[in-house]
This record gives sequence, C-alpha cells and structure tokens, in this order.
Amino acid sequence: SFLPERSNLAGVRHILLVLSGKGGVGKSTISTQLALSLRHSGKKVGILDVDLCGPSIPRMFRVQDSAVHQCDSGWVPVFVDPDKSISLMSIGFLLEKPDDAVVWRGPKKNALIKQFVADVAWGDLDFLIVDTPPGTSDEHISTVEALRPYKPLGSILVTTPQAVAVGDVRRELTFCKKTGLRVLGIVENMSGFVCPHCSECTNIFSKGGGEELAKHAGVPFLGCVPLDPQLSQSLEEGRDFIQEFPKSSAFPALALIAQQILDGASQRSS
Amino acid sequence: SSSSRDDSLRDKRAQILSRGLPKQKPIEGVKQVVVLASGKGGVGKSTTAVNVALALAANDSTKEVGLLDADIYGPSIPKMMNLKGNPELTPKNLMRPLKNYGIACMSMGFLIEETAPVVWRGLMVMSAVEKLLRQVDWGQLDYLVIDMPPGTGDVQLSVSQNIPIAGAVIISTPQDVALLDACKGAEMFRKVHVPVLGLIQNMSVFQCPKCKHETHIFGADGVRDLAKTLGLDILGDIPLHLNIRETCDSGQPVVISQPQSDA
Repeated sequence: SFLPERSNLAGVRHILLVLSGKGGVGKSTISTQLALSLRHSGKKVGILDVDLCGPSIPRMFRVQDSAVHQCDSGWVPVFVDPDKSISLMSIGFLLEKPDDAVVWRGPKKNALIKQFVADVAWGDLDFLIVDTPPGTSDEHISTVEALRPYKPLGSILVTTPQAVAVGDVRRELTFCKKTGLRVLGIVENMSGFVCPHCSECTNIFSKGGGEELAKHAGVPFLGCVPLDPQLSQSLEEGRDFIQEFPKSSAFPALALIAQQILDGASQRSS
Repeated sequence: SSSSRDDSLRDKRAQILSRGLPKQKPIEGVKQVVVLASGKGGVGKSTTAVNVALALAANDSTKEVGLLDADIYGPSIPKMMNLKGNPELTPKNLMRPLKNYGIACMSMGFLIEETAPVVWRGLMVMSAVEKLLRQVDWGQLDYLVIDMPPGTGDVQLSVSQNIPIAGAVIISTPQDVALLDACKGAEMFRKVHVPVLGLIQNMSVFQCPKCKHETHIFGADGVRDLAKTLGLDILGDIPLHLNIRETCDSGQPVVISQPQSDA
C-alpha cells in the first residue's frame, strides 16, 4: 500500500545526494552553494541534512535557531527566506540546544532518517539535495534504501585533491556502484589557494587528485573549486556567497557545477 | 515522600540501563590510552595522531608507542605511515601490528582492499572495533594513540565503553561549523566519563611561501574561544603548511622527515 506518487516526495522533481568517503572535504559547503546557485537560476530547492552527528546546514544559512513545525502531512521544513525558495530539514533544528550531542547507535539513526525521508512536507521542489556525513555507514545505507523508490537523479562526490581523501572517495564510488546510485560527477574542492596579497597559487592540499580519480573511474569531472577565504567567511555569516561575491575565486567553478547539474537534470526529464 | 520515590526510581532506571553494557577492561600490556577525536571530519585527526605518536616516541626513546586507526570507513593511517599488507597471525591467533618508524600500527586499512568500501551497519562495526582493540598482539605499550573517525556514534561509544581511556584530545579547525561539532565531541566524552585533556587548533593560518603574507583561510582563534568557554587547555596550534600534506601523502610524516619545520 506504499505509493510514491502520494508521498511527501511526490512534488520533488530531482533528488541528488552529495557524498564523500572523506570527512571535511566540503560536502555541506558544496550542497549549500549548489542550492544557492540553483535558486539564482529560478529553481525551488530543498536541502535534507542527514548528518545526524554533525549537522552543518542550518548554521550555513544562519537559521540554526529556527524551530520545526508540524502540519497534516508531517514536518514543515525551515525556509531560509521570505521567498520560500530554499527549504531545509536537519536534526540541528530538533535539538534543544545547538551544542547537544547526538550520541546514537545505528538503529536509532536509521529510524530518524526514515522519518526525514517520508515525513517532511516539502511540497513542490525542483531539486532536493541530500547532504550526507562522511563514510559508508548506517546513515548512507538507510538514506539510499529509503530514497530508492523515488529514483534519485544521482550523486555528486566531493573530494579534496590529496591522496588520503581520494582513497576514501574511491571507496565511496564503489558504494555507489554497489547500491545502483548513478554518479553525476566528482568535484575537487579546496583545489589550490591564491594568496590575496601576491596572487601566488599554492596547492596546500595538492592538486589534480579528484580529476585523475574521475578519469580513472570513468565518471564526469565537474570541476575544481579553489580555497576561497570569502567563501569560508560567507558560510560563517550565513550569507549568500553566489549573490554577493560573484567576482570571488570560487564563484566560476561553483556556477559551472550548478550548470552541469541543470543540464543533466533537463536531459533526464526529456 | 515523593523525592525519595524519585531517587529510588532513578537508581532503578540506572541499574536497568547499565545491565548489558560491556564492562570496561584494559588491553593487556597497554599502560595508557589517548584518543584523538573531533566530531567534525577532515580537521586533521589522522594527520595529528600520526605525528603525535611519532613525537611521543621521539621525545622519549624508552617509550613504546602504538597507533590504532579506529576509522573503519575511511582508514588513513596506512597511507600516512607508509604501511601496506595483511597482518600476520601469532601462534595465539592474534594479529601482529605493522611497524614503521618504531610505532606499532593497526588499521582496518590492512584488512581490506584499498578500493573496497566498508558498507556496514553499526553492529558489525562494533565487533570490528572489538577485534582491532583486543585481537591484536600489542605487546608492552606505554601509550596507545587511537585515531577516531568523525562523528559521535557507534565507534566512539564502542571504544569508550570497552576500554579505560586516560584522556581524549579534541582537534578542530577555526571555523564555526567545525567548532560546533568539536563541542558535541566534548559533550560526548563527558557523557561517557572520559576526561578531555584539551583542544588542538589545526589549519589555523597559512603563510604564502612567496610573499609571506598570512591568511586565516578558515577563520581565526575560534578554538581559543571555545577552549575558554569549555574551560579546556589549548594543547597546540598547528598552521596550514604545504609540508604536512606532502609528507603525509608520501608516507613520511613531517615529525620524522622535517623536524625543523614550523609544523
């Protein structure tokens, strides 16, 4: 008696997951910037944050103090602005205090993720971006299983260029293959830092690892995003980097990633 | 009286909840266990764990140090310590740790193929952690440094419930989202009664090699402020330095290969 057409995700046109084997490579950052870019292209976007231990999404939009309300169909997502063009759901909104730690074992996490997938009243969305924690554990297995009936568009894998990160992301690629999740492409984040003073580019975290991995694995390479202190600061302050800093070094790469996602989505629709 | 009823209810509840929890048992031969955790991913736990283990050994050559990589899903220690291969088994069927630079190491990375993901639910992870702790022939160690995975879940709980931990060190980068998770990490250790020795601020500042201009790429001083709020010591402040990443990628940690550098 389960009908995907009548569920809370019925009005969502495309679902994409942002994954990485490695922690701290910028999944939440890329998820946020992708959402902002898509909004600027006139799309309605939702972000589902299934990182239960380290929910970063609410902070990145400066709505960490918002509360979640109930309606007939379930939880109402938190809107980032009066336009209601970006909506969010995260465990961060359900905690009594932002510092509260969620120290749960697998089964409890699985139960909440099932609820997050089935019981959030997203309404009509062009894109639902699912931001995940690092690894290939309970959260990932449960999320992919719960989303399977809704046929996600695919996954974006984020890595930093260095060997230890690429190694973990290679594992994540295998995870996608095993679970039948299409890989839309790899993003190489924190790829190079341009000194604001002298414009010398230093590859703090190396360079090219992500691009090589994409070539080796036969998946699209979506681009290199450089380390950009203005981006870090925008995230701290919950600002719209895409709107306010179009001349900043990370902007072109982020815009290109969004464009490729839009192209991929419209190809699939037609 | 209702307050004594509340007390006895609370005691009864604590009794019931503590039944079925594993008893904490020290690992044979290991004197002190220090865990490096963060809550947040990618702040440099493994990098710091490797270099701390090496520094402990370098500071006092009479001490035996071991390094356990408890990150089941993303084991980084093998690459950083330039170690590969399946561990041998001793006659007692314990796994022999792989050694490099004088440090005995064990990691999930030695037990699986490099490209194989570990797609396991929590229960299997618990038993894997148990094996990595107890079914390894550690020998006599003065210090066992445990590199934890990101998060506050199964692995952290399993390790802290299984063995007595001398102390936990929490690493963070300066940005808000990392600090938020570091706070949760500290809270988690409080819940499981593990003392937190202090915080380490990593990736604090980057100095351009060409013009020496300093940029705080990830923000500044966030960890200092958090340490003050939580009443913890800052154990160290590590800058972003090209050598650290280069040496880790090549399996020659900076403490060994470039002891003179800023890091």
